[in-house]
Amino acid sequence: MSSKEWPLYEVFIRSKSGLSHRHAGSIHAADDQMALDAARDTYTRRNEGVSIWVVRSSEIVASDPAETAAFFEPAEDKIYRHPTFYDMPEGVENL
Amino acid sequence: MTYDAALLAYVSRLGDNALILGQRMVEVVAAYPELEEELANANFALDYIGQARMFYTYAGELEGKGRSEDDFAFLRDENEFCNCLLIEQPNGHFGDSVTKLVFFDAFYLSLLGALKGCKDARIAEIAARAEKEIRYHLRHNTQWIVRLGDGTAESHARVQGSVDSLWKYTGELFAPDVVDRTFADEYGGPDLEAIHDQWKTDVKTILDEATLTMPEDGWMAMGGKAGRHTEHFGYMIAEMQYLQRRHPGASW
Amino acid sequence: MYTQGLDQQGRPAAKPDALETAEQLAAFQQRVDAEEKIEAKDWMPEAYRRTLIRQMSQHAHSEIIGMQPEGNWLTRAPSLKRKAILLAKIQDEAGHGLYLYSAAETLGVSRDQMVADLLSGKAKYSSIFNYPTLTWADIGAIGWLVDGAAIMNQIPLCRCSYGPYARAMVRICKEESFHQRQGYDILVELCNGTKEQKAMAQDALDRWWWPSLMMFGPSDINSKHSAQSMAWKIKRFSNDELRQKFIDVTVPQAEFLGLRVPDDDLEHDAETGHYRHGEIDWQEFIDVLAGNGPCNQQRMAKRRKAHDDGAWVRDAASAYAAKQAARHAA
Repeated sequence: MSSKEWPLYEVFIRSKSGLSHRHAGSIHAADDQMALDAARDTYTRRNEGVSIWVVRSSEIVASDPAETAAFFEPAEDKIYRHPTFYDMPEGVENL
Repeated sequence: MTYDAALLAYVSRLGDNALILGQRMVEVVAAYPELEEELANANFALDYIGQARMFYTYAGELEGKGRSEDDFAFLRDENEFCNCLLIEQPNGHFGDSVTKLVFFDAFYLSLLGALKGCKDARIAEIAARAEKEIRYHLRHNTQWIVRLGDGTAESHARVQGSVDSLWKYTGELFAPDVVDRTFADEYGGPDLEAIHDQWKTDVKTILDEATLTMPEDGWMAMGGKAGRHTEHFGYMIAEMQYLQRRHPGASW
Repeated sequence: MYTQGLDQQGRPAAKPDALETAEQLAAFQQRVDAEEKIEAKDWMPEAYRRTLIRQMSQHAHSEIIGMQPEGNWLTRAPSLKRKAILLAKIQDEAGHGLYLYSAAETLGVSRDQMVADLLSGKAKYSSIFNYPTLTWADIGAIGWLVDGAAIMNQIPLCRCSYGPYARAMVRICKEESFHQRQGYDILVELCNGTKEQKAMAQDALDRWWWPSLMMFGPSDINSKHSAQSMAWKIKRFSNDELRQKFIDVTVPQAEFLGLRVPDDDLEHDAETGHYRHGEIDWQEFIDVLAGNGPCNQQRMAKRRKAHDDGAWVRDAASAYAAKQAARHAA
């Protein structure tokens, strides 16, 4: 059997409870369990985490940078979604 | 044997096991099969070296002659080290390392579990800390022995060879000597017979999952606990100790 | 640990790909000039991609090969504390190699390919690791000088225009902050120790000083390649600027140790505030880079052996994973 590269996994770490998991980097592993161990041994050597997610990189669906304009710019002009859009009359509180 | 002497011997032996295993592991740094596994190996070795330091420091305090952790590690002769023969065996290939760690850690984890409840508070405290580390080591290495055993025909044959050749060093782990007995009687130390039964069950389960054959119990090599080692040991200690020996009294 | 010296081999600056339009290139340069980070899937000039792959993989290889000279003293470290610290440092280097390979992989090259290029000799690694570690003091000198030189180089890389590289470097710089200190700490202990220990420290400085200065690479004032890397904000300072900075901070540290920097021409220029140094033997640098250093063959042989010895293990894990997947599917 010829050597085949172990698949790539993306590693996400929750640094402490209450926070979201955040992308830390990636590792190679032959299987899911190995990926978890490798993520632990690589990315939490300095006590950086309380929870780890690993996912095969090939399983991630990503938006296309070439479509960035079409994908994200339409949100830019919906300024009425932000509270600062509205001027409240003087004297009105708790709003 | 006095109770105090047994306690000291027991603690320094725990230190010896941790140090010698850690020392063997650092020999293979930068030679592991994959980068991710390199990081795992270093983590394990750091855990063992850390445990050795805690046990030796305590041994020095028990002895009361002002010896430090480094005096225990670097200024004792071969026959004063009482680690088991299993862990001083040369590294061999990756399957040998994994098998050695599965055999030892399956024993050590049970031992630490029992030591957590012993009457010596300091040992109990170190054991509680070490137990968490070893639980992870055992899990990691168990996965590896299963991958190798149930991987390719080549890996299966190689790791079965490791199991067969290292088996003769497992008996010593469970053969109590006067130190073990005194420690068990006076300090509520582990019952090695019970640990052996548990070990056999655990190892059988692991080897079954790895599609490997558990060897029949036969002749077992003994002597490490009494300071009588295999020939490899002298070289290992000579290498480890040379700077301290060459520059007596120097600080590093 | 990284050196700039690798990029100075007189390679022609990469030519723009024929399919790239002037508009694309200008738009890209505009993003870089605006200090926008370039991300993995963004459009980028082919030459930018190739430059990054080469630099990042060489950087990663340097971390991996760099484990060997220090690993040479792991079994002989003179105290348990030093053994643990050294092991933690070497482990960091494995981790840093891993982060950098991962970051390079975002550019579409596999780690297998990068490793194959290293093992075949096609890819280079930092020449500094082709020097031997002969005494324990060398472990101190590597931390102090080699890591010290690397830090000079790595800190600006945290602002590199390529996002994944910059992020990896932020993590690496943070983790490496103890590396230089532990090296200096070893030397402080030796210099306060016995006569023999101090001699050991001086000998280490004598052997590591010049190779450390070479780590920054030859003067790059006229290098077109370097100019392009500057324009792309992959590189932010010239080799000479960084070398000077390194000398300026390191000489007083040597004085504190009571060690002599092995350069008869070294003198402080009160006017500029910088140290003037003697001529660097660039022939030595060229020789070592060409494979004729004291440890080139040894380092590569060890890496190849580790790779070859591990093949059956990697295959076994792949085979087991395939079996498990088939069992789940059944």
